[in-house]
Amino acid sequence: MPAKIGDSLRRVEDVNLIRGEAIYAADVRVPGQLSAYIVRSPVPHGTIVDVDLEDARSMPGVVAAWRAADVIGDLGYMPIIQPRVSFEEAVVPYLQPVIAHDRVRYAGEPVALIVATDRYAAEDAGDAVFVDVDPLDAVISCAHAAEGDALFAEGNEITVLHAGFGPPVFDDAPIIIQTELSTTRHSGVPMETRGLVVEFDGATDSLVVHGSTKVPHSNRDQLAIHLGLSPARIRMKETAVGGGFGVRGEFYPEDFLIAWAALRLRQSVGWIEDRREHFLATNQSREQFHRAAIAGDEEGRILGLRSEFWADMGAYVRTHGIRVPDLTLSMLPGPYDIGAYEGIGHCVVTNKTPTATYRAPGRFESCFVRERLIDMYAARIGMDRFEVRRRNLIRPHQMPFTRELQSTGEPVVYNEGNYPKLLEDVVGRLGTQEVDRRRAAGERVGVGIAMFLEKSGLGPWESGAVTIAPQGSVIVRSGCSSVGQGLRTVLSQIAADVFDIELCDVRVEMLDTNYTTYGTGSYASRSTATAGSAVHMAAQEVLEQARNFAATELEVEPQDLVVRSGGLEVTGAPDLRLSFGEIATKLDPVTATKRGVLPGLRAEQFFHVKKLTYPYGCHAAVVRIDEETGEPRVERLILGYDVGRAINPMLVEGQLHGGALQGLGGALLERFVYDAEGNPLVTSFMDYLMPTCAEAPEMETVVTEDAPTTTNPLGVKGVGEGGLTGVAAAVASAIDHAIGAPGTVRSLPVDISLLAGASR
Amino acid sequence: MIPAPFDYEVAESAEHAVELLGQHDDAKLLAGGHSLLPLMKLRLASPSVLIDIGRVSDLSYVRDAGDRIAIGALTCYEDAHFDETLKSSCPIVAHAAGEVGDPQVRNRGTIGGSVAHGDPASDIPTIMLALNAEFVVRGPTGERTIAAADFFKGVFEVDLAPQEILTEMRVPKTSSGWSYLKFHHRAQDWATVGVAVVLGDGSNNASVALTSMGERPLRAQGVEEALAAGEDPASAARRAAEGTNPVSDPMGSSEYRRQIAPVLTRRALEEALSR
Ligand SMILES: Cc1cc2nc3c(=O)[nH]c(=O)nc-3n(C[C@H](O)[C@H](O)[C@H](O)COP(=O)(O)OP(=O)(O)OC[C@H]3O[C@@H](n4cnc5c(N)ncnc54)[C@H](O)[C@@H]3O)c2cc1C
Repeated sequence: MPAKIGDSLRRVEDVNLIRGEAIYAADVRVPGQLSAYIVRSPVPHGTIVDVDLEDARSMPGVVAAWRAADVIGDLGYMPIIQPRVSFEEAVVPYLQPVIAHDRVRYAGEPVALIVATDRYAAEDAGDAVFVDVDPLDAVISCAHAAEGDALFAEGNEITVLHAGFGPPVFDDAPIIIQTELSTTRHSGVPMETRGLVVEFDGATDSLVVHGSTKVPHSNRDQLAIHLGLSPARIRMKETAVGGGFGVRGEFYPEDFLIAWAALRLRQSVGWIEDRREHFLATNQSREQFHRAAIAGDEEGRILGLRSEFWADMGAYVRTHGIRVPDLTLSMLPGPYDIGAYEGIGHCVVTNKTPTATYRAPGRFESCFVRERLIDMYAARIGMDRFEVRRRNLIRPHQMPFTRELQSTGEPVVYNEGNYPKLLEDVVGRLGTQEVDRRRAAGERVGVGIAMFLEKSGLGPWESGAVTIAPQGSVIVRSGCSSVGQGLRTVLSQIAADVFDIELCDVRVEMLDTNYTTYGTGSYASRSTATAGSAVHMAAQEVLEQARNFAATELEVEPQDLVVRSGGLEVTGAPDLRLSFGEIATKLDPVTATKRGVLPGLRAEQFFHVKKLTYPYGCHAAVVRIDEETGEPRVERLILGYDVGRAINPMLVEGQLHGGALQGLGGALLERFVYDAEGNPLVTSFMDYLMPTCAEAPEMETVVTEDAPTTTNPLGVKGVGEGGLTGVAAAVASAIDHAIGAPGTVRSLPVDISLLAGASR
Repeated sequence: MIPAPFDYEVAESAEHAVELLGQHDDAKLLAGGHSLLPLMKLRLASPSVLIDIGRVSDLSYVRDAGDRIAIGALTCYEDAHFDETLKSSCPIVAHAAGEVGDPQVRNRGTIGGSVAHGDPASDIPTIMLALNAEFVVRGPTGERTIAAADFFKGVFEVDLAPQEILTEMRVPKTSSGWSYLKFHHRAQDWATVGVAVVLGDGSNNASVALTSMGERPLRAQGVEEALAAGEDPASAARRAAEGTNPVSDPMGSSEYRRQIAPVLTRRALEEALSR
């Protein structure tokens, strides 16, 4: 069956993943490959007295042992990781050097690099490195970071972001509720940790980097600058990944260190992060403390929102600059028509692992804050929580709706959407009678609701290329990576739809920067909207090339040809046809030159993002509380989301389910804990509690296609993050309802000891 | 997460294991490895020699020994969980074995390893304590038996000399009610708090033991006394946290543990009485 946009087709990725044939970063083996190990700071804050490598260097199998002075000695400078996005001048002093030189600022910061014949030898040598650090007091609390000992000469507050609109309403509004709300550190935990193999290619004096899967072009360019190499001498190849979630695939210290080692040794070097390192070194996220307020009247009309918040950037600013606080600030008002808003975001450093984006960055946090405030407001005026939302949602006739705000440097315009309808769809699915009955019988069970906006299709552009090989298979490339989201399936489906062929007749190549010259990458729910559009455009161009050629061959007008089963046929005369393979074969260099066209069928297109799209969602939860232990059991999650247009509805559901489970982790289980001295206490899966299938509630999706976007040719809006965004807010709402005490849940993950013994 | 270098020896029997222990300083027995190997991978333990007792198959058994049941130290959780003798004559052991970790852990981890390791968050030690079990230990000078109540000393501290191996656990046959309630955040987690109840011939001589409420598995003496004095389970259970000083860790604060121990104890008593 030819694949069509809108079909729920099985993922093309899965067969080789299930068979164990996929090549992950740790599977890559190249001749002569050495193994690297990173020695990390054992303490959260201190001055480096010495990093003694002498013993390590004499251990069996050790090829090299280096520290910061060796990097500086070799290059003449210390490479500093540069922001890829959301750059602000203020962050410059806070950027991370690739290896700590005179000061360590978080437990886990690289201080030495060992290269050995294998990982065993490398770790044994790492154990023999003596790291002498004079400890300094650690700064732990983000709300009080500015008062703590300075991590940097410039102080612990990097910058303060401001946003807002509307008149001052917080002096004389009839109802004003102020509260403190916070979200705790947690992060994306891919099945395969970060890892790369940097292959030294002596024949061409270049590096091939395997395993950089997310934004390979950007990483290539950054690496080239740090090494002083032409980007042409660096080739990035993606590998299979066990999820990315925003954290995996960014440019980290190791992305420099391993490549530098390979270049210096003129030998290939591989490195894979172990799980403990992952919990110390990979970007964490979410830690924010909000002093927030809501103003409204007695009739349920929200007059204003306000939050002054502190975003914990961790010990350094990395590739995301100030993106998370920036998004928190701009997404806080959400889908509501609110007259006034004031946001103040303090970006502060602490002696903890650096933070950056994790699936639904800034939205998870701001949704929790906003929706909690709305629940508290509803309780105060004695109005139903659903009704308050109904009264304040932006209505379809107000679209496009412009907010007097900027987000990621762009004006905020919500182009399309029917928010009230989605709310009603979800409420309809939820059906509260059953819960009402159980509550009446004394059970501590409640329903919760949260509405939110998402953000997708960030720019600036993306590439997509389509080639039809002489034998007829369609080859697709794009600048986006497969980070587990099913991108190969989606791009195959988009191309197959144009050529009326089966999914298996399309091959989406692994990203290789030698073939895809330009690419932006996979993040921010952008790949389907951007790469999908580019591939669609390239496929259309190939179709036109084929149509023109076929029209001449078949001696008809181009418009007389229709696409059918992988070929073009003359309308009303199905025997008169040429398959795309035949056309590609005929268009050999000799024929093509005679016709004055390029050989073969191929096109590359760039989709430029002129406007961001704002998908919207509504999450609802049913939660039961054990009144004595406080244990929450999430019984149902309803995930309402408008995708504009679903390329593959099954993948949409998969994205929503997976995201929702991560949201549940953030709501109830996952958190990085530090002791009072700044030592990380959560460094293994024994303490980092991710929900498993046993904790997974029944999940129901309400996927709507009410508001296709006009910002791209497919009408699609990203769905990568919208399963997550509102889950914690909805669960919190349901818990409050279950125990009959609005405003109880004010921090995440929910502290169940607060619920134990709480009465209704 | 790679252990420091170590040597490896295979023991053919309990006696051989004892002999090998005598030949090496700083040696450790390796049973299922599910406690020891994670510690070694984090380099929190770096024994110079591992003596693998995993192949001593004659230490893996459950036997009816008259008024008692004998469990070989190398019996894995999964085997104990499905063992018919245990299920009919000492069901709390079979039940608790099924509550440990996940299927991989239950198929590798051993009952003896759990007892010998002495982790106060482990389930089986609490069960053994509640059952007044007896442990058989073999050393260079022969065998000795020791009561569970005397065996557990502190966090990872048990009454085992460096050259001794635990060979058998003996538990009584039980005919009355029992319960093991394990409060955890996720299905596969360790107990934030666990409560084991084994009733005697009535609720006034129950034994009640607690997991994760101190440095070793504890008897809830206050509860037992209250029950013996004829108090009803609900009020007796209130004394569950008496005298305890549990740790605060990412699974729960000390106060929270003390708060829920009485709740779980009451529920465990109720469940035991209903069985
Ligand atoms: C993911 C995971 C989840 C877990 N969840 C739980 C849980 O929920 N509840 C729980 O109780 N436990 C849990 N465990 C721990 C598991 O139960 C233990 O690994 C097991 O009980 C210990 O037995 P073992 O055979 O693996 O011992 P090993 O790891 O082989 O040994 C542990 C220690 O005991 C010593 N030892 C072992 N056998 C003997 C013997 N016969 N004589 C003398 N010394 C001996 C060893 O030298 C070592 O010091 C979990 C473990 C993992 C990895």
